[in-house]
Amino acid sequence: MLEGKKVIILGDRDGVPGPAIDECIKSADAEVVFTTTECFV
Amino acid sequence: MDLENQQRVKDLTEKHGKENLVVILGGAEAEASGLACETVTNGDPTFAGPLAGVQLGLACYHILEPKIKDEVDPEVYDEQVSMMEMVLDVDEIIDEVSTYREKYSQFS
Repeated sequence: MLEGKKVIILGDRDGVPGPAIDECIKSADAEVVFTTTECFV
Repeated sequence: MDLENQQRVKDLTEKHGKENLVVILGGAEAEASGLACETVTNGDPTFAGPLAGVQLGLACYHILEPKIKDEVDPEVYDEQVSMMEMVLDVDEIIDEVSTYREKYSQFS
């Protein structure tokens, strides 16, 4: 379902940060169009 | 979800089209993750940001959900996510995010 999709990543400083998700998504053949790491609290 | 990121999501949706986008969350808590999912599907529930009243209906998942995990290279997942997978309340997070997705997402 991710293949060929454009992905927006909303990571969390206290959870899974943006760059970590970014690595995962790239390995699934999807295109990351925005990555951020929020502080949700 | 901070206001600047709400604007980014709105702009990217206009640029790429709702049906082509997937939002992946990394939130540490179920409530905050659910709130982020609600924001990109049904609009900002606090009515404070650019997505207030804007129902984008985007596909939205947490990185811990099996549907996403199964598509990621297992080695990469192990390296980048498995540590947090052990300490976060995975079931609660998935339950919260999927509740909003099932209710408001127009895409999967």
